[in-house]
Amino acid sequence: MSFVLTEDQEMLRDTAINFTRDELPVKHLRGLRDSGKNGVDPEGRQKLAELGFFGVLIPEEYDGVGMGMVALGQVMEAQGRTLASTPLLQTACIGASAILLGGSEAQKQEWLPKIASGEVTTALALDEGSHHNPAGVATEAERDGQGYTLNGAKKYVQDGHHADVFIVVARTFGEAGDKHGLTLFLVPRDANGVSVQTLNTVDSHGAAHLTLEDVHVPESHVLGAPDKGMDILEPVLDRGRIALAAEMLGSSRAAFEMTHEYLQTRKQFGQLIGSFQALQHRAAKMFTDLELTTSCVSAALSAVDEQRNDIAELASLAKAMAGETVHLVSNDTVQLHGGIGMTDEHEAGFYMKRARVQEALLGSASFHRDRFAQINGY
Amino acid sequence: MPYDAPSDLETFRQEVRDWLEENCPQSMRTPQPEDEVVWGGRREKFKNPDSKVWLERMAERGWTAPHWPKEYGGGGLDREQVKVLNQEMSRINARIPLHSFGLWMFGPALLEFGNEEQKKRFIPDIIHGRTRWCQGYSEPGAGSDLAGLQTKCEDKGDHYLINGQKVWTSYADQADWIFCLVRTDNTVKHEGISFILFDMASEGVETRPIKLISGSSPFCETFFNDVKVPKDQLVGEVNGGWKIAKRLLQFERSSISASGFGSARGSGMLELEEYAKIHVGTDSDGKLLDGDLRGRIADHQMYTKAFGLTVRRSQEQAKAGQEVGHTASIIKYAAAKMNQDKHELMIEALGTEGLGWEGEGFDKGAKMVTRGWLRSKGNSIEGGTSEINLNVVAKRVLGLRDHQ
Repeated sequence: MSFVLTEDQEMLRDTAINFTRDELPVKHLRGLRDSGKNGVDPEGRQKLAELGFFGVLIPEEYDGVGMGMVALGQVMEAQGRTLASTPLLQTACIGASAILLGGSEAQKQEWLPKIASGEVTTALALDEGSHHNPAGVATEAERDGQGYTLNGAKKYVQDGHHADVFIVVARTFGEAGDKHGLTLFLVPRDANGVSVQTLNTVDSHGAAHLTLEDVHVPESHVLGAPDKGMDILEPVLDRGRIALAAEMLGSSRAAFEMTHEYLQTRKQFGQLIGSFQALQHRAAKMFTDLELTTSCVSAALSAVDEQRNDIAELASLAKAMAGETVHLVSNDTVQLHGGIGMTDEHEAGFYMKRARVQEALLGSASFHRDRFAQINGY
Repeated sequence: MPYDAPSDLETFRQEVRDWLEENCPQSMRTPQPEDEVVWGGRREKFKNPDSKVWLERMAERGWTAPHWPKEYGGGGLDREQVKVLNQEMSRINARIPLHSFGLWMFGPALLEFGNEEQKKRFIPDIIHGRTRWCQGYSEPGAGSDLAGLQTKCEDKGDHYLINGQKVWTSYADQADWIFCLVRTDNTVKHEGISFILFDMASEGVETRPIKLISGSSPFCETFFNDVKVPKDQLVGEVNGGWKIAKRLLQFERSSISASGFGSARGSGMLELEEYAKIHVGTDSDGKLLDGDLRGRIADHQMYTKAFGLTVRRSQEQAKAGQEVGHTASIIKYAAAKMNQDKHELMIEALGTEGLGWEGEGFDKGAKMVTRGWLRSKGNSIEGGTSEINLNVVAKRVLGLRDHQ
C-alpha cells in the first residue's frame, strides 16, 4: 500500500489542480447553472480530452495513458475542489473500467479508444429506486432472435442527460434482490425505445431518469457473461466509489480551506473569529477528519493498482468516511460563514448542495457501513 | 557481544530469524498476562524467569532500543532494519522484552539534550532495564497549564535543593529514578523551568499511590522535602528545561499513539465484535440482531481502520522525507477518542455481563473490560487533554491566533 505519489502522479496532480482552478472554478459551475446548461459543458469536455484525463485508466494499446487509479484519484480530487461538472467519474472511471474488466477484445478495441479521446461518454444505468441497491434491479432483458429486448426504468442516472452510451444493468434471470442473474448491456442513447427525462438537481450538475421500452440490444453489445453481471459490476462500482471518494475529499478540502481563510479574516467583537476557542476546536476536528479521510482514500486508490484482495472493504471505508467528512465540512462551512454563507452569492452553498449528491451516489455512508460490517463478519 | 547488522535487508532478516529462533524462550512466544509484563528496575521480580533471560539477551544486542546509537549500547539499526526486527518478532508472537518510560520518553530526550557524561551514565541502564524511570511533570496546580509548575529547585552551591509536590506520577512507587521539571526562576514562566534527574531513594522523597475509579493505582502523589541533588544531574541549561519538556511530551504522545492505548490481544479479553456476537446474538446471515448497535460498531471500526492507515501514512511520508507534523498532531486526539469509543461499545455489547466489579459470577475478560472502560476515561486527560490537543492543532497547524 503506497501513500506517497510518484513523480508522474505528482505532475498529473499539479496539472489537474491548476486546470480546474483556472478553467473550471465554482464560478464556471455557477455560469452553467445561470445559463440553464444543467451541468452540460461540451467545451469543458473538450479540454478534459485534450489533457488526456479520459484515458487515465485506459492502457496505451487502446490509446489511453494507463496511469492507474492513484493517478485518476488525483484528477478526481482536483475536480472535487471546484465542484466541476465533468463526465470523468462515469466515463473515465466507471465506463472505462466496465469495458476493461468485462469487455471482449473486440469491444475494447471498439470503445476504449473512443472513450480515451473523449469522443464517447458513458453513464451507468443501475439503480431503480431512490437508494443505491445493485441487486435490486428489476429491469428485464429477454432473449430475442439476435440479442435481447430490454424493458424497465432507471432512476437518477448520473450524466444520463448527456451521455452518449448507457451501460444498462438488466435482469436475465431471477428476481429483484438476487445477486445472480444480472447482465450488462451497452445501449446507445439514440437506440429505439430509450427515453430520457432530464432532471434539474440541487447541485446544478443535472441527471436523468431513463425509460427503456422494448429496446433491442444486439449480442455484440452484451458486456461480459450473461447472468454474471455482478462479477463485473461489483469491482466496477468499487472503483467508482473510490474515485468518487477522492472527489469528495477534494470538495471537503476546498470547503475547509475557504472556511479556514474566513476564520482568519472575519472580525467580531474586535477579534478575528478564528481566535475564539469554540471555533478553533471545530476547525481542529474538521482537520482531524480530513486527515483520516485522506488516508482512507489513498489506501483505497492504491489498493486497486496493487490488485489487493481488500478493495471492497477499503472502497466502503473510503466512501463512508468521505461521506461523513464532506457532510460535516460543508455544513460547518455554511455555519462558520454565518449569514453570508446562506446567500446564493457565496460559494458555501454550492459545496453543501453538491455534498448531498456525492453522499447519495453509489451508496450512502449508511449503505457502506452496512457493507463494511458484512465484510467483517457481523 | 557487539553485533554488526549486515546492510542487505534480506540477509539481516534471515539472521534475525535464526537468532530469535535460538534465543527467544518458548514461553516468551505466548500471550503475556498483565502480571508478567517486565518494567525492569531494582524492584523487578521477573515472575516468569524466562522473561529475565529474554530481556538480557535482547538488551545485550541493544535490541530493546534497536534504533539507539551503538556507542551507548543501542542496536544502531536504521528504520528499515527496525521494521524487519519488529516483523520477525511479531511473526513468532515474541513478547516485548521491556516496557519502560526510559525507552519511550526519557531516553530519546536525553540522547538529544544530555551531555556525554549523562548519556554514558544513564542510557545503558535504560537499555538493560536496570533503572526504572518515572516522570515528574504534573502538579496539583499545573495540569493542562504545565508551565505553571511550582516545585522549587534552589542552587546551594555544591548541590541543588528541591521542595514541592508532583501528582499523577506514573508508577512513582515502583520507580528507581525520576526525570523532573522544577522551577529555578520565579520571575518568569516558561524560561524559569529546569529539567533534573534524581534517585527516588534520596532522603526526603515520599510517594503515595492514588486509587482510580477503575480500582487500580498506576499513579502517585509524590512529595519532595529538602531533597539534595548533585549538580551534574541537571540536563541542558539552568532555566532551559521547557524545550526538553516539550520534546519529551512529543515522544510521550507518539508512544501513546503507537500503542493505541493497548489491544485486547493476549489479555483474555475478546474483540468488540466477538463480544457483540456472543451477548447480542446474530440472525441466520450472521448479522448482529441489534441493528443500531451494529451500525455504531461498524462506524467505530471504520474510524479504527482510518486511524491505522493514518499512522502508516505518516510513517511512509516521514520515510520519504515529507513533512508529517500536520498528520502526527491529530494522532493523540484520535487515539483517545477511538479507545474510549471502543470501551463504551464493549460495555454496551456486554450488557449486564459488563457490570461486574470483582469475584465470582462474571467472566474474567468481561471484568477487565469494565475496568478498562473506567480507565479509558483518562485517555483524553493524560499526556495532554483532548482539548489541549485541539488547541495545538488549531494554533500550530492551522495557524489560528489567540485574542489580540
